[in-house]
Amino acid sequence: MTPWSVETLVPLPVLVPLFAAGLALALHRYERAQRIISVVALSVVVAAAAGLVVAAQAGPVVIDVGGWAAPVGVNLVADPLAALMLLVSSVVLLCVLLYSMAQGIADGNDRTAPATKDTKILQEAIRGQDADADEDTRRDVLPVAIFHPTFLILAAGVADAFLAGDLFNLYVGFEILLAASYVLLTLGGTVERIRAGSVYVVVALLSSIVFLVAVGLVYAATGTVNMAQLAERLPDIDPGVRLGIQGLLLLAFGIKAAIFPLSAWLPDSYPTAPAPVTAVFAGLLTKVGVYAILRTQTLLFPRNEALEAVLLVLALATMIVGILGAVAQDDVKRLLSFTLVSHIGYMIFGVALATQASTAAAIFYVVHHITVQTALFLVVGLIERRTGTTSLDRLGGLATMAPGLAVLFFVPAMNLAGIPPLSGFLGKVGLLEAGVVDGSGLAWVLVVGSVVTSLLTLYAVVRAWNKAFWQPCPEKLPEPTPLPWGMVGPTAALVAVSVGLTVVAGPLYAYADRAAESVMDGRTYIEAVFPDGAPRGTGESNKTTDHTEEVEP
Amino acid sequence: MIVLDTVPSGALLLTVGVLFAAGVYLLLERSLTRVLLGFVLMGNGANLAILVAGGRAGAPPITGATSEPMSDPLAQAMVLTSIVITLALVAFVLAMAYRSWQLHGHDEVQDDLEDTRIARLADADAPSYADSDAEESGSTLDEEAVAVRDEVALPDRETPSGNARGREDA
Repeated sequence: MTPWSVETLVPLPVLVPLFAAGLALALHRYERAQRIISVVALSVVVAAAAGLVVAAQAGPVVIDVGGWAAPVGVNLVADPLAALMLLVSSVVLLCVLLYSMAQGIADGNDRTAPATKDTKILQEAIRGQDADADEDTRRDVLPVAIFHPTFLILAAGVADAFLAGDLFNLYVGFEILLAASYVLLTLGGTVERIRAGSVYVVVALLSSIVFLVAVGLVYAATGTVNMAQLAERLPDIDPGVRLGIQGLLLLAFGIKAAIFPLSAWLPDSYPTAPAPVTAVFAGLLTKVGVYAILRTQTLLFPRNEALEAVLLVLALATMIVGILGAVAQDDVKRLLSFTLVSHIGYMIFGVALATQASTAAAIFYVVHHITVQTALFLVVGLIERRTGTTSLDRLGGLATMAPGLAVLFFVPAMNLAGIPPLSGFLGKVGLLEAGVVDGSGLAWVLVVGSVVTSLLTLYAVVRAWNKAFWQPCPEKLPEPTPLPWGMVGPTAALVAVSVGLTVVAGPLYAYADRAAESVMDGRTYIEAVFPDGAPRGTGESNKTTDHTEEVEP
Repeated sequence: MIVLDTVPSGALLLTVGVLFAAGVYLLLERSLTRVLLGFVLMGNGANLAILVAGGRAGAPPITGATSEPMSDPLAQAMVLTSIVITLALVAFVLAMAYRSWQLHGHDEVQDDLEDTRIARLADADAPSYADSDAEESGSTLDEEAVAVRDEVALPDRETPSGNARGREDA
C-alpha cells in the first residue's frame, strides 16, 4: 500500500482543523499566527473536499481509521453526498472566517450587536456588576484567544458529521460542532447572548440525549452502529422496534434541523450572535441535521409510507409557519432566521418524497441554501456595520447610500425567493417536479404549499428591500462607517458562488442526482465499506492484515 | 468459545427509567443549575442504557479466547466517549449558569423577548402586526433587551448596581 492515496484525503477535513485548533490555542498571544493557521487549515480542507468530490464519483472512498476495519473500528466514508456537502460547507466556512477576521470579532472589538448606544449601557451594566474585573478592558480581551480555535473545531465537527460511517461517530461529530457552537453563540458573555445561549444550549443538550438514547437502542436491537451494517440489518428487525428507533432519530435530528414543532429555539437564539457566527450557524448547522435525516432515512431504514406522510405534513407546516413568522418580523436578522426555518421545509419535502428525483432536488437545494443563507447573513452584518442597526423601522435609503451593498443584498434575496434563472428557482422546480411525478394528494398539497411559501418569501424579502434600501430613511442614520474590503470581499465571493451555482447548475444537478442514486440505492455504500461481501466482523482492516496476531490460548 | 451474554439486567433497566424520569422533571425547571442536574441524570441514564445494551454487567470486557462469558467491549468504549462528552458539556453549562448569576443575581432562563412582546400585545388585544409601513413601532428588540424587566426575578431582589455597590461597601 502506497503511503499517499486518495483515501489519505478522507480524514484530512477532520484532522487538519483539529490540529490547527490546538496550535491556534497554543499561539493565542500571536494573533497574526492564529489567522494564518486558521486560513491555511480551512484552505487545506477546501482542497481536500474538492479532491474528494472528484474521487467520490467513482464510488465512496472509505478509510478504516486506526487500521481497525468496520464494523468494530470507526470508518470515515466520503460518498458523493458527503463529499459535496463537505466542499460547500468548507467553502462557506473559509469565506466566513475571512469575513470575521476583517470584522474584528477575533480582536474582541465586536461592536456590531446590539446598536452602539445600547452596547454602552450593556458595558456599564457588566462593569457595575462584575466586581471581580481587574480592569475595564477585561471583557474585551476575553474572546481573543478562543474565537479561532473554536471556529476550527466547529469546522472539524461539521466535517466529522458529514464523513461519519457509523451512528456513534455521527453523534460525536454532532457533539463536537455543538460544543463549539455553544461557545461561539455566547462569545463575550453579554446579557443578551447568555439569555439566547441558555435556550439554545438546553435544547441542543436535550436533542443530544435523545440521539444518544437512539444510538443505544440501535445497538441493542441490531448489535452494531455501523451504517453499512445497519443498512443490512435494520430491515430485518421487528417493525415496531424499528419505527421507535426511527422516530427517536427523527426527533433528535428534527430538533437540530429545526423542523416545525421543534423549531421555536432557532429564531430566538441565532440573531443575537455576532454576524459571522449567525451566518455560519444558519448556513451549516441546520443543514447538518438535514443531512443526518437524509442519510438515515434513505440509507438505513426501508421505506415507510406512513412516516413519509407524517414528514410531508411536517415539511408543509415548517414552510408555512416559518414564512409567516418571517413576514411579521421587523428585524432583518430575525426575518432571515424565520426564512431559514421555512426553507428547511423544502429540503424535508424532498427527503420525505423518497424518490431519486426528489432526493436529488433536496441535495441541490441544500447546496443552494447553504450558500445563499450564509451570504444573506453576511450582508446583514455589513448593513449593521454600515448603519449600526438591523431594525427595518430605522433603516432606509441604503440603495442610494450604498449601492454596492444593495446589489449584494438584492441578488441572494431574489435567489432565496426563487426568481428565475437563479439556483433557488432551479432547486424549487426540481422539488415541484418530483412532487408532481409522485402525484399523491398530499404531494400536490405540498407542491401548492411550496409555491405559496416561495411567494411569501418573495414578499418578506421585498418588504425588507423596500424598507431598508428603497424608502427614504425615517431618521438620520449614524455617520457612515467605511466598510472594510476584508468584509465586503468574502461576502461578494459568497454571492458570486451562489450565482455561480446557477451557471454550473447542469453539472451540479447531475452530481446531486448521482449522489441521490448512491444514497437511495445503498448497495454501493455497503460494498465500499465491506468490500469482501459479508461483514467480516473481525476488526481486521484488509490493509493491515499482516499485523494481526494469532491469539494462542 | 467467546460467549456474549446479552440478557439485560432488570434492575439496571429500572435505574435507567428512574434516571430519565428525574432528569426530565429537572429539565423542566427554570433554573439553569437544575436543568444541568437534569441533563446529568439523563446523560447517565442514556449511558447506562447503552451499557445495558451491551449485555449483563460484571464480566470482563476483554478476556482473550477463553470460554468465560465476556461483556461487550464496544458498548463500553462508546459509553466512555459519551461520558467524556457529557463531562465537557456539564462544565460549559456550569460556566454559563455562573455567568448568568453574575449578570442577574440568579441563573434562571429568561423569557424570550419576542414572546414577551407578543404576550403583551395579546394582553392589550392589539393586532400582532400593525401596518409598520405607516407607523413607527418606536422601539426595537435590541432596545427592549436592555430595558426589559426580568420577570422571573424574586421581588426582594436588589438591583444589580445596588448589589455591586453593597459588595464594594462591605
